[in-house]
Amino acid sequence: MTDQSTGLEMTTISDVDHPQGGLRKPVLSLRGISKHFGAVSALTDVDLDVHAGEVVALVGDNGAGKSTLVKILAGVHQPTSGTIAFDGEHVVLSDPAAALGLGIATVFQDLALCENLDVVANIFLGRELNPVRLDEVSMELRAWTLLSELSARIPSVREPVASLSGGQRQTVAIARSLLTEPKLILLDEPTAALGVAQTAEVLDLVERVRARGLGVIMISHNMEDVRAVADRIVVLRLGRNNGEFEPDASNQDLVTAITGADENSVSRRASRRRAHQSPEQRR
Amino acid sequence: MTGDTQRISTARPLDRSDERVKHTDTLGNMFSAFVDRVRSGDLGSLPVVVGLIVICTAFESLNPVFLAPNNLVNLLFDCSTVGVISLGIVCILMVGEIDLSVGSVSGFSSALIGVLWVGQDWPVAVAIVTALVLGAAIGALYAFLFNRLGMPSFVSTLAGLLAWLGLQLYLLGSSGSINLPYGSPLVNFGQMLVMPPIVSYVLAAAASLVVFVTGYRTAARRRQAGLSASSSGRMVLKALLVTIVLEFIVYYLNLGRGVPWMFGLFVGLCVVMNYALTRTKWGRSMSAVGGNREAARRAGINVRRVYSTAFMLCSTLAAAGGILAAARLASSSQQAGTGDVNLNAIAAAVIGGTSLFGGRGSAYSALLGIIVIQSIASGLTLLDLSSSLRYMITGAVLAIAVIVDSLARRSRLSHGRA
Repeated sequence: MTDQSTGLEMTTISDVDHPQGGLRKPVLSLRGISKHFGAVSALTDVDLDVHAGEVVALVGDNGAGKSTLVKILAGVHQPTSGTIAFDGEHVVLSDPAAALGLGIATVFQDLALCENLDVVANIFLGRELNPVRLDEVSMELRAWTLLSELSARIPSVREPVASLSGGQRQTVAIARSLLTEPKLILLDEPTAALGVAQTAEVLDLVERVRARGLGVIMISHNMEDVRAVADRIVVLRLGRNNGEFEPDASNQDLVTAITGADENSVSRRASRRRAHQSPEQRR
Repeated sequence: MTGDTQRISTARPLDRSDERVKHTDTLGNMFSAFVDRVRSGDLGSLPVVVGLIVICTAFESLNPVFLAPNNLVNLLFDCSTVGVISLGIVCILMVGEIDLSVGSVSGFSSALIGVLWVGQDWPVAVAIVTALVLGAAIGALYAFLFNRLGMPSFVSTLAGLLAWLGLQLYLLGSSGSINLPYGSPLVNFGQMLVMPPIVSYVLAAAASLVVFVTGYRTAARRRQAGLSASSSGRMVLKALLVTIVLEFIVYYLNLGRGVPWMFGLFVGLCVVMNYALTRTKWGRSMSAVGGNREAARRAGINVRRVYSTAFMLCSTLAAAGGILAAARLASSSQQAGTGDVNLNAIAAAVIGGTSLFGGRGSAYSALLGIIVIQSIASGLTLLDLSSSLRYMITGAVLAIAVIVDSLARRSRLSHGRA
């Protein structure tokens, strides 16, 4: 298989070489994770390490298994086989509450907000202050603090989420993940729905989160965003590991690892463009 | 926080720093905000108020007895039994499920009271507790079928409707009905007991005092935290309005027999339920599960437990309603809980503004909705119309209520209010 051979030829970066990793223990360590949905293998033998204060970008084509991996880490799906170690201890993420309890916060691609509830209720969903007499004032205050940390442009936190735009909802979802002071944050396509300024804010935010010593896993299709913040780029292809890269790796190498071949639709397109442009340049 | 937002927030409350949001600080603003809300499909209790005004003027012009104090007192007695059942329906509708068997469960529990109390000579308190516990068990069964076996609540409760009706008929046996002793505390409670006037006035005053004190304390805390808060004048005005309305209602009822204790119990249950739904973590989870089940699950909420509490509360309140109905009629009969009890309970919740689609609702919708339904029933009875016409008219009212709910929901979606 071509994709297998290209994967092996990639320069794999070991932990020791890595500037952030060093000899520290990873905060999260996956070994041999597989997930089958009936006859379909969404993930096969995936390994992944994330250290504290490190941003790992998870890239891959559609159907590469990125979102499945995130859902396993969030406790939404359970792996068919493989082990998960968090803070050096073997853990089982049987449900979302277990993952949250350990300190794994997730921003899902579909955001998972309750549209009928207001912003404050969504941010504190499942973690309300004072269960038998909700402390709305403290919750609202904390919500404003979180949102202003993200430089969010939310007009009112007492409007139902249904009235917010896509970018505003994204910010609410991210604010929610920060509420619990997690050790690891999973961001599934955090910039997909955002405008230029908000994307920059989210990337700033990711760096701020890293500076606080948290581990971050970020899924993105946008190579520019990935390069801008990632310390390490992990490529998945058809549910398998397909190489790790430094953020300064060439676009060609990344695309090759993602699509599995030197000769792919992206390179063909690029060469067509070159062929098209070169006669004009000669003139 | 950046320096920029800091500067703004010192000038204005934190939640008022965005200039794009309209705020309701003056009375004129409040009114236009209300109009905006209604236009976007957030109707609240407006349909009920409009409906009640229409009903009252129509029936009063046809038969002046309708608004007589004693007729209203009777109406409140009747409201309380189905109203308590409707309160349970609010719970189950909040999570976006339905219980079609509440009528049968109430009939079953009323039969149980007759059989255990009169037939077996159990103490009445023990019989009541038994009926309530069995009601909770029925809810637990539905929850098990729903959570573990994935049985839609529509089907499981439809099966329950038949099964509990059968059990009720079996319990009552060949006699078909058991009379409860007149003069016993339970029957008195259901038929006669009214609050002494002074107690009803004090309770009404206490209610408005609570409204004012909690509002004042919240406003003080919000101001201290740098958030916007409503002005003291507005709160005084609100409290004054509540006082006048409540005291007038109480005064008017006291012109007749007075405020029924049973209605007091029903209102008390509504207040407790409203607190639980709006001010506790459990209530928040109920709305969340009704709004977006998967989001609630991913937020770490134990969704199954939320469903279980909703089903159990609904059945328990249905059983309680059955006990009250037995007390009201002074008998446990085969007719208890049959006919329109089921639909009236569901219709009351929907008319009051609880959405059939889950995630939106209020405990007070049971109170408001059942008053509308009972007013129609009472008015039609006064006109001496046959039950055929009564069914048709009640059916039409229910249809209108659901149409209003559906249209309002569509409007909310297009106005981004979900």
